[in-house]
Amino acid sequence: MEDYTWRVGGPQGGGIETAATLFAQALARGGWWVSARREYHSNIMGRHSYLDVRATRRPTRAFFERVDLLAALDAETLVRHLGEVKPGGVLVHDPEAARLPLSKLAMLDSAAYRRIAVALGGGDPLVQEALERYRDEGVHLVPLALEPLAREAGEAAGADAITARKTLNTVAVAASLALLGYPLELLEGALEAHFAAKPGVAELNRRVAAEVYARVEPLKEGHLEPVGSPGKRIYINGSHASAMGKVAAGLGFMSYYPITPATDEPFYLEAHPESGVLVVQVEDELAAVNMAIGASMAGARAALTTSGPGFALMTESLGFAGLTETPLVISLYQRGGPSTGLPTRTEQGDLRFALGAGHGDYPRAVLASESVADNFHDAALAMNLAQRFQLPVIHLTDKYLASQTRTLEPFDVAAIEPDPGVQAREAAGVFPRFSLNAEGGVSPRIPVGTPGAGYWITSDEHDEIGHITEDPELRDAMMEKRAAKMDALKEWLGADAMYRAWNPGADILVLGWGSTGGVALEAMTGLDLGYIQVRFLLPFPDLEELISGKKLVVLEYNQSGQFAHLLTQETGRKPEHLIVKYNGRPMTIEEVRAAFEAVLSGTAPQYMVLRGGV
Amino acid sequence: MELKLADYKSDLAPDWCPGCGDYGILSALQMALYKLKIEPSRAVLVSGIGCSAKTVHYAATYGIHTLHGRPLPVAQGVKLANPELSVIAMAGDGDGMGIGAGHFIGAGRRNPDLLYLIFNNAVYGMTKGQASPTLELGAQPKSLARPNIQNKVNPLMLAFAAGFTFIARGYAYDVKKLAHLMELGLRHRGLAMIDVLQPCPTYNNLHTREWFAPRIYDVAAEGYDPLVPREMSDEERAERMGRFTTKAGEWGERIPTGVFWQAQLPSFEERLGEYLPGYPADAPASRPPGGEAERVSALMRGHRVAQ
Repeated sequence: MEDYTWRVGGPQGGGIETAATLFAQALARGGWWVSARREYHSNIMGRHSYLDVRATRRPTRAFFERVDLLAALDAETLVRHLGEVKPGGVLVHDPEAARLPLSKLAMLDSAAYRRIAVALGGGDPLVQEALERYRDEGVHLVPLALEPLAREAGEAAGADAITARKTLNTVAVAASLALLGYPLELLEGALEAHFAAKPGVAELNRRVAAEVYARVEPLKEGHLEPVGSPGKRIYINGSHASAMGKVAAGLGFMSYYPITPATDEPFYLEAHPESGVLVVQVEDELAAVNMAIGASMAGARAALTTSGPGFALMTESLGFAGLTETPLVISLYQRGGPSTGLPTRTEQGDLRFALGAGHGDYPRAVLASESVADNFHDAALAMNLAQRFQLPVIHLTDKYLASQTRTLEPFDVAAIEPDPGVQAREAAGVFPRFSLNAEGGVSPRIPVGTPGAGYWITSDEHDEIGHITEDPELRDAMMEKRAAKMDALKEWLGADAMYRAWNPGADILVLGWGSTGGVALEAMTGLDLGYIQVRFLLPFPDLEELISGKKLVVLEYNQSGQFAHLLTQETGRKPEHLIVKYNGRPMTIEEVRAAFEAVLSGTAPQYMVLRGGV
Repeated sequence: MELKLADYKSDLAPDWCPGCGDYGILSALQMALYKLKIEPSRAVLVSGIGCSAKTVHYAATYGIHTLHGRPLPVAQGVKLANPELSVIAMAGDGDGMGIGAGHFIGAGRRNPDLLYLIFNNAVYGMTKGQASPTLELGAQPKSLARPNIQNKVNPLMLAFAAGFTFIARGYAYDVKKLAHLMELGLRHRGLAMIDVLQPCPTYNNLHTREWFAPRIYDVAAEGYDPLVPREMSDEERAERMGRFTTKAGEWGERIPTGVFWQAQLPSFEERLGEYLPGYPADAPASRPPGGEAERVSALMRGHRVAQ
């Protein structure tokens, strides 16, 4: 096996996330490169949720729609994922589920019910129909009642019935790995590490895993073996990577108001005081942004994380940071909008919003991360840009990256230095904080509270020491000083930081931004296409020469083609094809490849919508 | 060099209307800072938007003139990042009790070591005299087209409900007493709120100097004791709450001023210090740079696939 995808599906809150972590860790310990993605409803308990774990011999960038093994913890998973197990793949299911009619699946919403019922031939079909459909598609069915197995293995391991039920996740993982002939010791290692704080629980789960291995026969073929050692690899998600990047660049203060999917980052830092970050949960996003601005004015490196609805509330203060030249980083975890939209699903619908948020003209930088590792490096870069150019920086990322976990080599922290910014060497008495003698628009700075000096900061237009002014000449001078930062920032970054290009000599170039990069690159393997990942949306890189004479294809996660419009605005070029997805589900390698093939064969329309995903 | 009262005055002349209560509040604040010998460069004044917000520009401290409703969050950010600073937040009644009221509750729950002044003249002066959240139901200052049909909020009662540990009321035309209240508020460890009553000579022709003068009295003169012991019996707590509520709710023929409630509870900085090693002595804005790589390495250790 070179490339294996395992999917576990079941009710939210039933611990399938633990199952995926255990499966991933067991493989990672055997030297596999592992990546996992999570799909879930905005719900605490009961609604359908699933995770994919992809294990490969080399690092990867994206996920497939079809999997090699589906471990279904409930009947709903069986019917929702029809057609998503590869021919020759494996379906582990509870045989008891077969006799249930679709209408008995309490958490199946009416839209899904109607669609699945039709797909299974109409009426109120039995789950058995779905099982037969899998069999017809060449899927190997493994009837394995996981709950009775948990009870049995748990009792054999000495647990009471309720405790035994809690080991269901371990049972699902152990059953899958036993079927695949994967060594039990590696799962035991994962269990010990996962339950390190609770040795009793670790021991019970270990015994349960051994009981399951004793009861489950390996499949005849398609086994997984360890491929090496994990070395120093880490297993990390996009939220934690983004948090670490900020810490590497000197983060000292983060205020937040809870919102999906942005809160994992401050919540993680709050739980880890060794980060040195002062984290404050506040009453609303207005407080969050203004508290961070205050901390930054006092000299702390301050950052925020939020999602669309929270960012909307922060916009007035974004202009406050812009006008008062206060360093501030906001990691904007995009999710399905508008309004509350699809709170737990991914989208790139906030690009135009990030570019224009807030009233009035002021400089800002907007960059977008492509991957989990990028979340680390871009968060650090955003912090340093904010510090150096004294402006707000919006770091765009999304739900897909937030809830994606991968094995990576440890981050090279020695390569990141917190930028000291432009500091005044001395200050006594009234200090010209907004001095017009400012190279690249950046006035030397001292923090509020610096002994022996003083100045003012106002949200009104102001003079060099920070007093309010409505003087027309001063107004022009201040607007021009601030605006000068954009050119200085672009020059400081250099073209290499602003975009990445793969095979740019190809006749057809795909352009994407943010998390579309990974899937675009995997999907175009072997195809005669080039790819441009635009990393900075503001300032925008100089792409005219690169794209001149090429046929252009834009790939993005929103309905209107926000990036395609930006490309036209910045380069005068309208892409020949726009491939979009806005159903909240991540793009899969299969559907993007099919779209690219259509482009190459000349059968693709100008506007294409990808509609895959559960 | 010995500090002088003049050291707290900036070179900028106030542009408030003649007779505005803001003059008295500014003077009282400068007197209180001077009395406590707080270095001007170690004091940060944080205001919102409106006439009151200009106060920060007239003091020779650090001054931050924020957005409408947001002085409290900005002030807390400054204070938490550098707890060595003396931070004074100030807001108008619209600023603090209207658009920023959510922050009032949030700050009360935290109890950061701040002084918070509410400039309370019952109208929105800068936008020409609309009813503010502290204007009584049925009142009609000359700027209103009809009587106020919304009830008023009582800042003292709201502060009590939110958990403020120092609750006081002052009067802008009694500068000496107001300065003394501010001094007490600055000395208080935790969140101190002073509701400062002030006439708006331009738009509020109801709450004038002549209207206030015979009504204002000091609760201390009547032997009112605001200090709340750490430990109280249920009966004692009920008695003190009753006393507070009676005084805080008094309005009309007699208007009480002074300190109504003062409790000693751990400040937010102290509570944070229980979880964040070294804080508040070692704070984000005051600690020396460096150590970032070690911090990230410590975090990464928890993510290692195999130890």
